[in-house]
Amino acid sequence: MPEQPDDDGAIAATGMGGAMDLATSEGETLEKTRGGPEGAGPQEKPRSLWSDAWRDLRRNPVFIISGLIILFLVFISLWPSAIASGSPLKCDLAKAQQGSQPGHPFGFNGQGCDVYTRTVYGARTSVTVGVCATLGVALLGSVLGGLAGFFGGASDSVLSRITDIFFAIPVVLGGLVLLSVVTNNSIWPVIGFMVLLGWPQISRIARGSVITVKQNDFVQAARALGASNSRMLLRHIAPNAVAPVIVVATIALGTYIALEATLSYLGVGLKPPSVSWGIDISAASPYIRNAPHALLWPSGALAITVLAFIMLGDAVRDALDPKLR
Amino acid sequence: MGRYVVRRLLQMIPVFIGATLLIFLMVNVMGDPIAGLCGDRQCDPATAAQLEKEFGLDKPVWQQYLTYMGNVFTGDFGTAFNGQEVTELMSTAFPVTIRLTIVAILFEIVIGITLGVVTGLRRGRPVDTGVLLVTLVVISVPTFVTGLLLQLLLGVEWGWIKPSVSTDATFDELIVPGLVLASVSLAYVTRLTRTSIAENKRSDYVRTAVAKGLPQRRVITRHLLRNSLIPVVTFIGTDIGALMGGAIVTERIFNIHGVGYQLYQGILRQNTQTVVGFVTVLVLVFLVANLLVDLLYAVLDPRIRYA
Repeated sequence: MPEQPDDDGAIAATGMGGAMDLATSEGETLEKTRGGPEGAGPQEKPRSLWSDAWRDLRRNPVFIISGLIILFLVFISLWPSAIASGSPLKCDLAKAQQGSQPGHPFGFNGQGCDVYTRTVYGARTSVTVGVCATLGVALLGSVLGGLAGFFGGASDSVLSRITDIFFAIPVVLGGLVLLSVVTNNSIWPVIGFMVLLGWPQISRIARGSVITVKQNDFVQAARALGASNSRMLLRHIAPNAVAPVIVVATIALGTYIALEATLSYLGVGLKPPSVSWGIDISAASPYIRNAPHALLWPSGALAITVLAFIMLGDAVRDALDPKLR
Repeated sequence: MGRYVVRRLLQMIPVFIGATLLIFLMVNVMGDPIAGLCGDRQCDPATAAQLEKEFGLDKPVWQQYLTYMGNVFTGDFGTAFNGQEVTELMSTAFPVTIRLTIVAILFEIVIGITLGVVTGLRRGRPVDTGVLLVTLVVISVPTFVTGLLLQLLLGVEWGWIKPSVSTDATFDELIVPGLVLASVSLAYVTRLTRTSIAENKRSDYVRTAVAKGLPQRRVITRHLLRNSLIPVVTFIGTDIGALMGGAIVTERIFNIHGVGYQLYQGILRQNTQTVVGFVTVLVLVFLVANLLVDLLYAVLDPRIRYA
């Protein structure tokens, strides 16, 4: 998403100039230290991009670490009670701002709620928002961008102008304006907003990717053989054009989680009694001097979660980017 | 060049109209523009009708939008809830945020590009890995967490800075907030510069420059850097708009009375005139910054000529 963080700003900027190629994928975290041809005997059948990428990923420590963190996060968002007994909404004002004590390793926040329980339960919100927003953005963005790239012409120009419009609106600001009028206190308005402002990023990537793939000989051959548009798109173009979308979407997932927390911090995302790291960080910030632990634990959990998804995206990009091969 | 500028200016018009219309619709159709005018209570119907008539809210939305835009281009952004002209709010708020953005951009340029060049030239060494790890962590920690932590450490625990910024918001007070605002982009600039430098280091023209015996310093500054900075300049250019819009979080943490503060107040009090006015200006800033970046390409890269 264009938070700036946007999201991957380098990619977001591609459409602006036109005069240049910004395809320089900026994050090759791990240099490929691939030795000689390993086991590439002549009788071995050629591997597809996907199985090759999977082979690569399994050996990448970054992928393994981030994958394990994400599995753990998914686990605790499905079954938070497995590692945290008690309710995140059970608070005792008498214990407000108290530090760590037996049974309550992270201490208590300003309302006397157990920080550990709340941090564990907060994972569900973040993961749900991140996953749903990413699915929505990826689906809407790749369908619109893919169709525009495939058909070109007027629909393409219209879509490009529309994406320009969405890029011109600062994300946090758009969120504040749009979500401040929403009274529905669930995660769906937040997800809806992210899809609304996030799809142009993916659609731009998908469009570019489809335009590149479209020019390949196998697509021309399919066309010559009389394949219908839908067959060309679904059977020939989509499988070959989806890799960049997956990479950007994975990294975007991390930024959506951060964005949800930011919006909740500003008071327009989720609101209490929802349990979210953003809400907890926001609530703890006035007591930062007396009870820094109430701020540090949810912040740490948030940072690790975002980090895991960004690292995963980096690893997937390394595995899928043919330029590094 | 002239024709290119004109074409780009013409392309900006639909984007400007679209973005402002979108914001206008969000605020005026989804929200209730007069709800903020009666304080915390609901307006009684007669007052509401009177106010709607006064502000032209009984007219169709497209007409409201046209009237508003017509006023904006004559320099009239309307009046805020407390009777202050929105332009007056802008004249106090924008200088503060512009100073904050300048500090942030300076951090991006000085620290980001320096780190990027250093790591790009020493790819794979410990320095490179270390800086990359740090950038990854910085990108992952949301700005508001970085801001709160720095405020806690530097402002409260160690007392190096004042935890909140005075209304003057001078440059020296804005150093830490500027760093916080820049942090994520700073990491991106570092990584972008690093990749770009590392790619261009292997190019023919660098080998030629080295082969003809130029000192290393000259090869890096005149040949390598000039070509590698093009994507970085694009990023920083598009980032100007994002920084000014994203300053809302930083300004809230450090209590800076800039654009973000006014916008936040405007949104909280449902003050449509302030919100739409400020966002309109921010969108304009974004578009103009992008245009300037495109024109800068020609300066940075002599191969690019605009017909």
